[in-house]
Amino acid sequence: MSRDFNLETPLEPERYELFAPPAYHFDVDRREFFRFLGAGVLIVCVLKDARALQESGATQGATGSSLPKEIGAWLHIGENGSVTVYTGKVEVGQNIRTSLTQAVAEELHVPVSAIQMVMGDTKLTPYDRGTFGSRTTPEMNLQLRKVASAARDTLIVLAATQWQVDRRRLIAAEGKITDSQSKRTVEYAALVKGKQLTETLPVDDPLIPAAQWTVAGQPLPKVEGRDFVTGKHRYPCDQKLPEMLHGKVLRPSSFGATLSSLDTQDAEKISGVVVVHDGNFVGVAAPSAEIASRAISAIRAEWKFQPQISNKELFDYLKKNSAEGGGPLDSPFRYEKGSIEKALASADHRLQQTYTTNYIAHCPLEPRAALAQWSGDDLTVWTGTQRPFGVRTELAAAFHMPEERVRVLMPDMGSGYGGKHTGETAIEAGRLARAAKRPVKIMWTREEEFTWAYFRPAAVLDISGAMNKDGKITGWEFHNYNSGAAGIPTFYDIENQRIEFRPANSPLRQGSYRALAATANHFARESFMDELALLVKMDPLEFRLKNLKNERLRTVFQTAAKKFGWERAKTSAGQGFGMGGGFEKGGNVATFAEVSFDRKSGEVKVVRLVTAFECGAIVNPDGLRNQLEGANIMALGGALFEAIEFENGQIRNGRFSDYRLPRFSDVPVLETVMIDRKDIPSAGAGESSLVGVAPAIANAIFDASGVRLRSLPLVPDGLRVA
Amino acid sequence: MATVRQLSVNGRVYNTDADSDTSLLFVLRDHLDLTGSKYGCGEGQCGACTVLIDGKSRRSCITRVGDVAQMQITTIEGLAQGDHLHPVQQAFLDEGAMQCAYCTSGMIMTAVALLNARRDSSAAEIARSMEGNICRCGTQPRILLAIQRAAKTMNDSKQ
Repeated sequence: MSRDFNLETPLEPERYELFAPPAYHFDVDRREFFRFLGAGVLIVCVLKDARALQESGATQGATGSSLPKEIGAWLHIGENGSVTVYTGKVEVGQNIRTSLTQAVAEELHVPVSAIQMVMGDTKLTPYDRGTFGSRTTPEMNLQLRKVASAARDTLIVLAATQWQVDRRRLIAAEGKITDSQSKRTVEYAALVKGKQLTETLPVDDPLIPAAQWTVAGQPLPKVEGRDFVTGKHRYPCDQKLPEMLHGKVLRPSSFGATLSSLDTQDAEKISGVVVVHDGNFVGVAAPSAEIASRAISAIRAEWKFQPQISNKELFDYLKKNSAEGGGPLDSPFRYEKGSIEKALASADHRLQQTYTTNYIAHCPLEPRAALAQWSGDDLTVWTGTQRPFGVRTELAAAFHMPEERVRVLMPDMGSGYGGKHTGETAIEAGRLARAAKRPVKIMWTREEEFTWAYFRPAAVLDISGAMNKDGKITGWEFHNYNSGAAGIPTFYDIENQRIEFRPANSPLRQGSYRALAATANHFARESFMDELALLVKMDPLEFRLKNLKNERLRTVFQTAAKKFGWERAKTSAGQGFGMGGGFEKGGNVATFAEVSFDRKSGEVKVVRLVTAFECGAIVNPDGLRNQLEGANIMALGGALFEAIEFENGQIRNGRFSDYRLPRFSDVPVLETVMIDRKDIPSAGAGESSLVGVAPAIANAIFDASGVRLRSLPLVPDGLRVA
Repeated sequence: MATVRQLSVNGRVYNTDADSDTSLLFVLRDHLDLTGSKYGCGEGQCGACTVLIDGKSRRSCITRVGDVAQMQITTIEGLAQGDHLHPVQQAFLDEGAMQCAYCTSGMIMTAVALLNARRDSSAAEIARSMEGNICRCGTQPRILLAIQRAAKTMNDSKQ
């Protein structure tokens, strides 16, 4: 299987983020909508797929009773002037509640404080497949801009009709329409009073160009920030209901273990405790978390389990258990161009290397939590997830019920980083609540989060390169085993290529992660680039530029090099400089690292990281800077010391005292150059900014020590040089 | 089994019937519905549960409630004076020193204890004092700026 691709269009959806099309089509009666929201103006954004439907029936100023089914987002302006926006996206700390509010404020010309954003509630918001893959800014931000600008136009038409004047004379600003000639004004609230007006619009209406943005493009502090600094905000784990019980689940002795015997008598004797045994699921619901823990401790269980491999054998295992064109997941990626065999045969220089990356954990500071409530046959669950609609599907399947009877709500949560796509706690709480006939809350412990969630995939990466003696790369062969195709194509200009991703049977449960496989693929590619440059004794920057045509990437490399001072001389022993960069999910990044290496103690410290980043037009510069800095610090952990240790189906370092995360003392000086390209549509930034960090550090460590490290994490125990 | 009948939190006396061995964090969250203090690790490693006990920062997840029954406990909910935010809270807002903000209350409580004891700490000293608090989103640089800003505000208002 071979196909063409270019960098601008992602060639392969990420392996772990493939989704079936929505099983459920939102369908709502518009009269019911106004009963629920109150009178006013309702603007509905219709997605492309539904265009035919929309063109044949419900067009501008629809008066029919039902709304189109394929809806991206909607916005309501109420009789008191309040603006309510509904989107299936969720807030997980990336501050999209703020950036989306900003987009609406900009287009509709209302203050940020007039806007309420309803997010990720499967009953109230349109279907959304999930908040991941850096899609919110390029997709939802654009949709909401369109919805809001259509709302503004509707209001202008209303005022023009009311005043019997040409609409071109009217200006929308600060929640009012003003007649530019008579200076007469009317507030939005007064305009929509008593109306029940619905507008639908396709997604490709003209918009305010980025160059004319006024609110967007400016820093805006986190909306509702005050609730977060006063402890008032209720995260998923803070949710409560009257009569609520606390749940806890009995965990198997190891992955894949099955129950061979169970005695729950002592647990059942504890006052107020309900014990549930259903297949391999054993759990309790109790009046308090302490009693639930005591009840779990009182259960005697024996488990049957199979011996399993440890992290020491991991990389051999992944290669031996990988698929070639088919396998556990049947979407391997393979790309061929020219003839790699001929290129290797005729090259002046040939090089072959293997790189590896370990499993790492997301460690969202809020572990998974869910509160479930049954009302007759209807189930409502409050839970922390990046996919509320996906969790609804999981719940419907788990309880053999139609999705329409399940409602999932997602309060702004304590982060995810790709680690909360699934609904484990929602199902556990739902099962216990059904048995207890009371609402049940489950909060995973940190150890449970480390063990029963999922990990960023481990990888083995084999690369072969062919090169002329002048430093021109002529052939490139790249194999990724297990971790995925994200960021796998090379952006360097190479005539002959073979690029392949081979899925493998992972010994651990694995899934999405911020930037996912793009980190492993960039680590291998950008480390190998330095190894090739060394073969022909070229400067790594000069070597990259010689093999790189893409202007946006050249710009970030050159910009970061200048900011970093790539040409400058070393000022101390043990100092090392290195770079890494690339392109992922619409973002172009180059990262330059300075490390210090103490030969005596073996300590490696990252002193400084300089990043140049460009993802099109910048929506909120402060929000973007926050994302870039955060991505650098998160990437630092996986680059330097994070790794999951496991053996025989158990995690050996599943707690913060054993698994090292970046702390204040690990944070280097961070310098960020953001390149604003108002001529290019905005892309997301939460992920692509991670990918240059690990190779930049690996290359800097080589520069400082002469030691080439080819496995992530690079220096979990420091670096010893004989 | 000893029981704690009363607890003084944020200047108010609460009646409880908590077993003295229960962790203070769970009493605050589940018995008193003060959910601003967060569970992050249960072993005192991440700082999300930090509260003040007689003005000093303490990890509430590994503190027995029986050990603090006679002491003054301050949580994030007790920091603002009415609508007036504590300078550290205000500084976190002003610096945008949060992303998911799950660590924020613990960060703020640790910083308040630090600034109550010493207001002239250098950036490096502040960073050292915050070493026990984890921010997985990576907002450490802004948190340091916020604490420095708060220190300045608190110094200025004293003079």
